[in-house]
Amino acid sequence: MAATVIEVSNLSRSFGRKRALDTVSFRATEGRVYGLVGANGAGKTTLIRHLLGLLRAKSGSVRVFGHDPVRNPVGVLGRVGYVSEERELPEWMRVHELMRYTEAYHVKWDAAYARELLETFALDPSKKIKDLSKGMRAQAALVAAVAHRPELLILDEPSSGLDTVVRRDILDAIVRTVADDGRTVVFSSHLLDEVERMSDHVTMINQGLVALDGPLDDVRLAHRRTQVRFQDALAWPPALDGALSVEGGGRSWQIVHNGSLETFRAAVARIGGEIVQSREATLEEIYLARVGRSSQDVEVG
Amino acid sequence: MDITINIADGVPIYRQIVNQIRYLAASGLLAPGEELPAIRTLALQLKVTPNTIVKAYGELEAAGLVHKRRGSGTYISDGQSPLADRERQRIIEQRVDALLAEAHQLNFTADDVRRVLDERRAAMADRASPRGPKGGEVADGSHRHRG
Repeated sequence: MAATVIEVSNLSRSFGRKRALDTVSFRATEGRVYGLVGANGAGKTTLIRHLLGLLRAKSGSVRVFGHDPVRNPVGVLGRVGYVSEERELPEWMRVHELMRYTEAYHVKWDAAYARELLETFALDPSKKIKDLSKGMRAQAALVAAVAHRPELLILDEPSSGLDTVVRRDILDAIVRTVADDGRTVVFSSHLLDEVERMSDHVTMINQGLVALDGPLDDVRLAHRRTQVRFQDALAWPPALDGALSVEGGGRSWQIVHNGSLETFRAAVARIGGEIVQSREATLEEIYLARVGRSSQDVEVG
Repeated sequence: MDITINIADGVPIYRQIVNQIRYLAASGLLAPGEELPAIRTLALQLKVTPNTIVKAYGELEAAGLVHKRRGSGTYISDGQSPLADRERQRIIEQRVDALLAEAHQLNFTADDVRRVLDERRAAMADRASPRGPKGGEVADGSHRHRG
């Protein structure tokens, strides 16, 4: 069995009166990609900051490589690559200085890999960080995060505000981390199609609570989007067991539901309807059905 | 290898890959003995997690469509013809099922569909005949798997 890399148990955290995390449990094993999904302010960044030891667990526990990241930052951070959403970098440094600076913290720095990535991204090593475009900053932060070949790569909203080219660079870095070294990636995103492509495991966080957590294939298999037609027009949405969201009107309704299609078919037949079409729901449809209106910040489409 | 991933249609990504490789093999676009791209290469090309490619290749191997050789390569298996025939059958059945579902939704009967099918075939033949070479090319393509 693959080794456990992250073990978060019943983690709760409040900021003032706001409950940022509420008894969150999360586990990550080696060699897989974990996607964290949720609206802005749902708790993704708070969870990530606990993994890095930037926040102390007040209630519940956090273990990364078996260590408490607050009590043993060296044992954790030396093995982690991290890019924050803001991509904070020392503004006054030049790109090559950033590389040397980062290298000093990491025994296993792979200078050849760093050079190769800088070349691929066409990043000028003599440029100052403060003169870089948004996309170039993200690329520089990415090189600094992956060139020591971390056992765990954590990316908080890596695609946020970036154009397609740089987003692809970031996705490539995720693929390489997993494919080349069998390492682990945790990334948060509000781009559901990106999460669907890149994740082996998906965790939906909504208002500090884990709304859904599981291997992506299982999550997908457990949810269907089914089109139902009734003999007569309905004035109200039909009430059906397992239905998570109901859209439509009159005789025709689209329903996202969980459970088996056969059970659902029987439930539909009992109230005078028939199934026209049914397929597995997309992650976006599942998210909207599960989390609904509070998901306005998540990009749809 | 020409594979397209469509997130919106609700089919899991590994299954989209499996279906398209099955299709490429059945149509002869992937020949027996041909090597599939390495897991890393295809994952980078499609921008999907490498484990999805592992799962897709694993499923194709379990179905006997591909085999792994010592080292790490994955190859299209020989002796495809009975499987390819079944595969062609499966692909066309899938299309017909989707067509029938849509027809049902639009209140067409199976007989209506049969009638429209004949009409369209006649119309297509009409259009193809004045421009011979183009029609011929299409026919050649569809028979390539027999090679």
